[in-house]
Amino acid sequence: MAELMEITVKLFAQYREGRFKSQQRQYPKGSTAQHILEDVGIDKEKLPVGVLMVNGRHVEEDFVLEDGQIFTIFPKVGGG
Amino acid sequence: MSDKIYRVNMSNLSFKIEDVPQDWMGLGGRGLTSTIVAAEVDPECHPLGPNNKMVFAPGLLSGTSAANSGRNSLGAKSPLTGGIKESNVGGTIAGVMAKLGVKALIIEGMPEDDSTFYHIHVTKEHIEIERVPELVGKDNYFVLDSMLEKYDKKVAVMSIGRPGEMKMLISNISVKDPKGKLRSHGRGGLGAVMGSKKIKCITVDAEKFNEASASIVDMEKFKAASKVFTKALKDNPISGEGLPAFGTNVLVNIINEAGGLPTRNFRSGYSDNAENICGETMAENIKARGGSTTHGCHAGCVIQCSQTYNDKEGKYLTSGFEYEMIWAFGANLGIRDLDQIAKIDALMDDLGLDAIETGVTLGLAVDAGLIEFGDGDRAYEILKYEVSKGTHLGRIIGSGAGNLGKLYGLVRVPVVKNQSIPAYEPRAIKGQGVTYVTTPMGADHTAGYAVATNILNSGGHVDPLKKEGQVELARNLQIASAAVDSTGMCIFVAFPALDEPACLPALIDMINARFGTTLSIDDVMNLGKTILKTEHEFNLNAGLTKHDDRIPEFMKYEALPPHNVTWDFTNEEIDAFWDF
Repeated sequence: MAELMEITVKLFAQYREGRFKSQQRQYPKGSTAQHILEDVGIDKEKLPVGVLMVNGRHVEEDFVLEDGQIFTIFPKVGGG
Repeated sequence: MSDKIYRVNMSNLSFKIEDVPQDWMGLGGRGLTSTIVAAEVDPECHPLGPNNKMVFAPGLLSGTSAANSGRNSLGAKSPLTGGIKESNVGGTIAGVMAKLGVKALIIEGMPEDDSTFYHIHVTKEHIEIERVPELVGKDNYFVLDSMLEKYDKKVAVMSIGRPGEMKMLISNISVKDPKGKLRSHGRGGLGAVMGSKKIKCITVDAEKFNEASASIVDMEKFKAASKVFTKALKDNPISGEGLPAFGTNVLVNIINEAGGLPTRNFRSGYSDNAENICGETMAENIKARGGSTTHGCHAGCVIQCSQTYNDKEGKYLTSGFEYEMIWAFGANLGIRDLDQIAKIDALMDDLGLDAIETGVTLGLAVDAGLIEFGDGDRAYEILKYEVSKGTHLGRIIGSGAGNLGKLYGLVRVPVVKNQSIPAYEPRAIKGQGVTYVTTPMGADHTAGYAVATNILNSGGHVDPLKKEGQVELARNLQIASAAVDSTGMCIFVAFPALDEPACLPALIDMINARFGTTLSIDDVMNLGKTILKTEHEFNLNAGLTKHDDRIPEFMKYEALPPHNVTWDFTNEEIDAFWDF
């Protein structure tokens, strides 16, 4: 079995509906942002992904996460 | 019906209705107010003296059926910054003025007898100016109710509360919205300018013009463009979904997660209070308590980002409860109870206080030892019993952050051109910082919203923590914003405009259809450039220099957590902003 890592996954705005706000989750080492998006069931067709961040820095979907990182997922949001 | 310039002289209480000079014909909103202020106001004048003027102008598309076109501009020399100011507001005023054929309302002079205040009532081709001693010492909702008793309920109303009467620099001009609540001509202390002219309120007659529309040369073309434009607004995930569902306050979490939410008077970019005050929590409360997540600040708004917010018993607390207010009192001043912030918001609407300037000043007042972080009761008391009455403490708070900082010998004073920095940390959202230092308005997020591209991935992405590309980004956005502020459009049309190719051409088609013109996108962007340069030149003539285009020094040597970033632009890099 692949070695696991702990990732804090945080969801915002509409992505919270029927899911969670923040959870400690385990993923195989080497998992990408895309893998986690799929795991928590984000349907990009329904509501496009706006911003992904790891430890407060913007990342792309192919970003490879490391143990202990915070992964935040936002739909397209704006205001001002 | 051709539009006219309505001009009031408060020195002799007279008015004139003038034809629009040729040069001003193609201008509206900010383009017109800044042009008139630059042409008619001595940049060296005292902003609270007889030679300053107030110029109100609806946008080019205000009063038409175009979606989100109901924004009004107010221009003057600012007593807070000492430079030019354009303040943009929703509410009903822009639509009503445009339908009446008021291209601009200019108010000049000041009464020699300053023993009372006046009410100005604008009707078709006529203006009444009368003394209103019964309104002196009252606040905005009292004035609004009095006007609604006197006139048709659709009358447009603008007024000042007691802080404006006392010429405080944190005072706004309040503007009636479609539901009879208040929006604000905010920033720059413009309530004080109205107070200096001894004007308590301005009303514009809507009775005879309820159903009319501003004139349109080519109605078919207008309708076709309007349809494309409205669709772009509704289909965009931000203007069509996120803003209506969560309001502007949806930003608390994303700005906080990015490490750019100014916290405890700009000591950190991350607040542990975000979950208590964020848009998601606000929307949950609204759902559980009744109230409404959708409310348009002006007629014809299809975005509906505003809201009505009730307390736990389901009783109305406030409306127009926006991100900047909630940040200023929640993250920056540390109040953890959203309902308490809502109660303060309602009080500030009534008094006519600027959310950003007041909130930042109170955050700084913690460092001055006048209040503690998180003490919402004390914040409420200071506004309700000190500021409103003009006690010594009230006057100190009422003078804004820059002045309070000087009085108490403080160094961590977050202002640019003496105006408080809004809810985005310039060290961690550097493109926004470039806008703060370069805009002629003093620190102002709406002048060029680089947060869109630094944080929200609208219009691409420019890394918020790096300098590269930020000056160019801020320049392009400021040029575009100056143009949009001239159309009467809400600035949130920028989100679809940045990402959807059909949006901006449709907006320009509507302008061309209304006036029978053939403007191109380049023409409109050139208008934006001309406006910025006009404003910049006014400031230079007012005595501001490039040395005023600077971030507060503490941001250069205090590293901001969590990313531990400082402001690292050289002066030359910033000054290059004006190379266009």
